[in-house]
Amino acid sequence: MQHGKARFIAGFLALPLALYVWYVVWPFAQSIGYSFTDWGGYSDEQHFIGFANYARLFKDELIGLAFWHNVFFLITVPLITIALALFFAFLLNVGGRGNRAGIRGVWGSGVYKIIFFFPQVLSLVLIAIMWQAIYRGDDQGLLNGLLIKVGLVDQSNPVGFVADPTPFLGVPAVLWWILFIAIWGGVGFYLVLFSAAMQSIPKDIYEAALLDGANRVNSFTRVTLPLLRDTVSIAWVYLGFIALDMYALVFVMTPSQGGPNHASEIFASVINFTAFNSSRSGRYGYACAMGVALGIFTMILAAVQLRITRRERLEF
Amino acid sequence: MSTVKIEKDVPAADAGAGPVSRPSRRLGNPTTDSVFSGFSHLFLLVWGAMVVFPLLWVVLSSFKDDAQILKEPLSLIPDSLHWGNFSRAWGEGHIGAFFFNTVIIVGGGVFLTMLLGSMAAYVLARYDFPGNRVIYYLFLAGLTLPVYLAAVPLFVGTSKLGQQFPLLGTNSYVMLILVYVGWSLSFTIFFMHSFFKTLPQTVAEAAMVDGASHTTLFFRVMLPMAKPGLISIGIFNVLGQWNQWYLPVLLMQPAGGEAKKQVIAQGLIELSVNQGYKSDWSGLFAGVTMAMLPVLIVYLVFQRQVQAGLTGGITK
Repeated sequence: MQHGKARFIAGFLALPLALYVWYVVWPFAQSIGYSFTDWGGYSDEQHFIGFANYARLFKDELIGLAFWHNVFFLITVPLITIALALFFAFLLNVGGRGNRAGIRGVWGSGVYKIIFFFPQVLSLVLIAIMWQAIYRGDDQGLLNGLLIKVGLVDQSNPVGFVADPTPFLGVPAVLWWILFIAIWGGVGFYLVLFSAAMQSIPKDIYEAALLDGANRVNSFTRVTLPLLRDTVSIAWVYLGFIALDMYALVFVMTPSQGGPNHASEIFASVINFTAFNSSRSGRYGYACAMGVALGIFTMILAAVQLRITRRERLEF
Repeated sequence: MSTVKIEKDVPAADAGAGPVSRPSRRLGNPTTDSVFSGFSHLFLLVWGAMVVFPLLWVVLSSFKDDAQILKEPLSLIPDSLHWGNFSRAWGEGHIGAFFFNTVIIVGGGVFLTMLLGSMAAYVLARYDFPGNRVIYYLFLAGLTLPVYLAAVPLFVGTSKLGQQFPLLGTNSYVMLILVYVGWSLSFTIFFMHSFFKTLPQTVAEAAMVDGASHTTLFFRVMLPMAKPGLISIGIFNVLGQWNQWYLPVLLMQPAGGEAKKQVIAQGLIELSVNQGYKSDWSGLFAGVTMAMLPVLIVYLVFQRQVQAGLTGGITK
């Protein structure tokens, strides 16, 4: 049995490991190395400059802007997506006829789930292009057209949507419009996720709650929600990653990929702008430092989120 | 962390007996039930419409001509079916070529990801050797780090390698396939690892007694037994690689004067960004529709597997 085991293990691991190291691990490692240099990208000339790039990060206005925009998404995207997904999952599963204990879908809940899940299978790029047409800043966009028809918006002064940097509640309007798409696309996925988790809760728990006199809303808030805690916390972490990204929407939809006038810059757009636009100096090294900072930020955030949401686990 | 275990399968918990035999189990009365159910449907229908309407609008607009799109953006019914939009997008808009590129790259990428991913996962899950844990955690580390962190070195390294080996340089099918594989391995191995762990040891021993080699055992016995897992992760990878846009935008840039081999997401971004210069809205809508429909059809046919595959992916 032992014959050829080592050769077999090496043979099965060699290719996957080689690809992974060359295309994933090595670039990460190099990024960390380059982040301590002033490498400009045109030649191989680079000098070690210590933490200068990192010090520069803290003084960079663009990074500061991008940081707060990512924080905005970090708060709003998970909060609103999870709230809406739970609300719809509640309606789907508890809204059915209540003549039995436990979770039962409303009539047609399968069809609703299929439809709500649609945006999840489409690429973000397609969604972004689609919404670009809907958000068009003249009277020919779908939304502007509707608003003008209803009379909410004056034809000569249509809504600018993603071209509108005016702040609303202290945040540029363009970010709110992008937030809306992120939520539009995300709710269905988490709805299906929460629904599946709800349906795996054993019926006898609901029977017990019912015998204790719980009504529909009670049994949802006192039984279902606490038992969904694990799933919700996973969703929160996952949505946190998405909120730190958001690049597809910004890249496709906003003017000059982060505009107008840097109103929608996020980490990823600043990294790309720095690395592949020749106007910034020492750009490769500096862009790598940004990437490393983003990576550290992501990992700290994931650790904190997991730490906060961890609690006693209930198994059934 | 304390664990509370709740007994499953208590016969009395079977709620299927219905309201006739157990009238005391009714939750509320029929009137509040139907009011509640009505409210549920109202909210669900509104969100369903918000999801479907934009998609429907894009698909139907792709049959209009430019004049109608500009004159009556709100109307859903094209005045006549302009199939020409599709042939124009397919030919002049190069959607056909984008499709071809995407099919080759995703086909090769998913096949290799599945093959190499399950090989590595299998060895890591079922064979004990020094360094096993280290390699497994090295693969897991790739799950949290953002791709933007690796962007600059990945681009530079690929361009440099391409000077000696054009097949592995920028703007090459082989290169992009291998990059996709590298970036998909983490999750595939993570997912398949837990799957191979649960397969019974006795079957493996029986096969070994019958004289099967390690390799035969894997391809003839273990891989077929892991089929449900392979389907889930396969769907996940097909959608993920089909919708990938950042890596192609970064890496499918020709070094010399050759034509850019774009994938569909990348090509549509370019079509949409260039809209400002030569306005071909109907062509763009037709392109988006053509990119959207295959995914939606696959989803509708396999919706149960897709939902389970995607949601199971993050809770594993």
